[in-house]
Amino acid sequence: MSHLTIAPLLLPLLAGVLILLLGERRLAAQRALSLAAVALSIPLALLLLSRAAQGEIAVYALGNWPAPFGIVLVADRLSAFMLTITALLSAFALAHAVRGDDRFGPHFHVLFQLQLFGLNGAFLTGDLFNLFVFFEVLLLASYGLVLHGGGRARTRAGLHYVVINLIGSTLFLFAVGALYGVLGTLNMADLAVKIATLPEAHTGVVRAAGLLLLVVFAIKAALLPLHMWLPGAYAGTSAGVAALFAIMTKVGAYSILRVYTLIFGADAVAGVQWLAEPWLLPLALATLALGVGGALASRALREQIAYLVLASAGTLLVGFGLFSVEGISAGLYYLAHSTFAAAALFLLADRIVLGRGAMADRYEAGPPLPHPRLIGGVFFALAVLIAGLPPLAGFFGKLALLQAALASPALVWIWAVVLIGGLLTVIALARSGSLLFYRAHGVPQAQANNPLGDELSRLAPIFGLLALGLLLVVEGEAVLNYTRATAEQLLVPAPYIEAVLHPVATQEARP
Amino acid sequence: MDALLSIAIGVLTATGVYLTLRGRTFPVVLGLTLLSYAVNVFLFLMGRASVGLPPLIAPEAAGYTDPLPQALVLTAIVIGFAMTAFVVVLALRARAELGNDHVDGLNTGLDETAERQHKGEREDRA
Repeated sequence: MSHLTIAPLLLPLLAGVLILLLGERRLAAQRALSLAAVALSIPLALLLLSRAAQGEIAVYALGNWPAPFGIVLVADRLSAFMLTITALLSAFALAHAVRGDDRFGPHFHVLFQLQLFGLNGAFLTGDLFNLFVFFEVLLLASYGLVLHGGGRARTRAGLHYVVINLIGSTLFLFAVGALYGVLGTLNMADLAVKIATLPEAHTGVVRAAGLLLLVVFAIKAALLPLHMWLPGAYAGTSAGVAALFAIMTKVGAYSILRVYTLIFGADAVAGVQWLAEPWLLPLALATLALGVGGALASRALREQIAYLVLASAGTLLVGFGLFSVEGISAGLYYLAHSTFAAAALFLLADRIVLGRGAMADRYEAGPPLPHPRLIGGVFFALAVLIAGLPPLAGFFGKLALLQAALASPALVWIWAVVLIGGLLTVIALARSGSLLFYRAHGVPQAQANNPLGDELSRLAPIFGLLALGLLLVVEGEAVLNYTRATAEQLLVPAPYIEAVLHPVATQEARP
Repeated sequence: MDALLSIAIGVLTATGVYLTLRGRTFPVVLGLTLLSYAVNVFLFLMGRASVGLPPLIAPEAAGYTDPLPQALVLTAIVIGFAMTAFVVVLALRARAELGNDHVDGLNTGLDETAERQHKGEREDRA
């Protein structure tokens, strides 16, 4: 049993506590510690990724209590993939935040690290109740981060965000309780075993609990009709936080993928088998359509990006909703791409807000931006990236998704919504780009007119995220091979269950 | 006992749902609290209600109660308590910053009774 598996949990927790002990005044030391922890988490995640890539399912039993009696952490391909995305994203979000966002209020770095603790925990845990606890950890940190900096818009959107997530937590507990009451276990692998031999008298309760879980995860993934909290919360918060939150909807998507392939997947008895399948695809398509419609109707840049996050959540859930190797593989590729692209757009929006002074990011003709060619060029590249135009990663993600849809009976619907959605996204972004960069008049804001070198250094995290987008294209084949292997691993849960419940046997069996 | 407890959970949940759907932050907070009470009792009962049995397997006892739901409830209570405290503080801050206690922060500048009269007047006119 390697202790490496628990390191992505301990690192942010330790860093968060140490930063808290440093005190509020020592901002430079806080920043250094926070950056160091995030920088260290990248090689750690890559190490786990390289292990998982060989097909190894690393199981870590906390306190050495064997599953299903103790809590286990499981690092399979999917978990390692999500950990890597989180580590890379958080590094760039933090690199942006240390340039000023973290001054708006105390304890930014503590909350940031605890948020990462919750995220990594949710991705690693192999226990349903533990998943609830890590959801609460990441939510509690995110409540603080959403409100970071204060202001009326943030308070109002934050209130909605907190209340709907509290209701979600209550529903999660009802579902967990019902599952425990019938099946007597909360370990995900053990749940899968128990559900495979579920007596018919109990399928009704388990079905209700399983669909209740879908509601909870749909709140997190902002699936229609539970998306209402997202645009306000994401558009209102500070840029570094919004960038980190690009991964938050993906926690819901991850949980849907994990629970409905492992517990309610191929091995479950009739009645609870593929429980999410009839719901996920139509709702994901509706979410995608709504996100694009919202992006067209938005009156400000950050609101528009928030709706694009919604559209991207819809797109990747379309892939997951196919419940096929190709579909899940395409969805995971799109997940990586859309997380980086949305984060980069939020960071760029921050520069645009500062550059336009009192006009902020509203879609009205305002003063010209400083360095319009540079910022306009970056906006153009990001728009191409997120709209899914060639030659950037979004295009390949959508292409893989459309190919995966070929085998689905809902082929016409998927192609129509994804393609028309893509076209409307291009129109929406072209309109905002021309408003922001061409219809400008008056004099540039004096205080924002900083030298080119400084502007470039402030844009560095965005270039980093763009480079990741490019890497997804250049290494596209390797990434798609990995996501395909991930999907295959998810759709055949037997090795996962074996690794969790009989760890010694599998270790001996391995050459 | 099971029927009584089930009815209690049902009433708590129904009241909680009704209150969370209200338009003011205070009833919403109360509703969330009642919902978390309901779910705590629900979780506790998932280990089956039994009286006078030890939470461990003992040879001289007639049976045992499942200790795991009790541990789960303890965790849920702690988390629920922290969340309630947080949402109360947030509601107070929203009241201070938005000038009223409506969940959408309506900026009417009227208190609740004045708003009702206002609404009544409009309805009268219509």
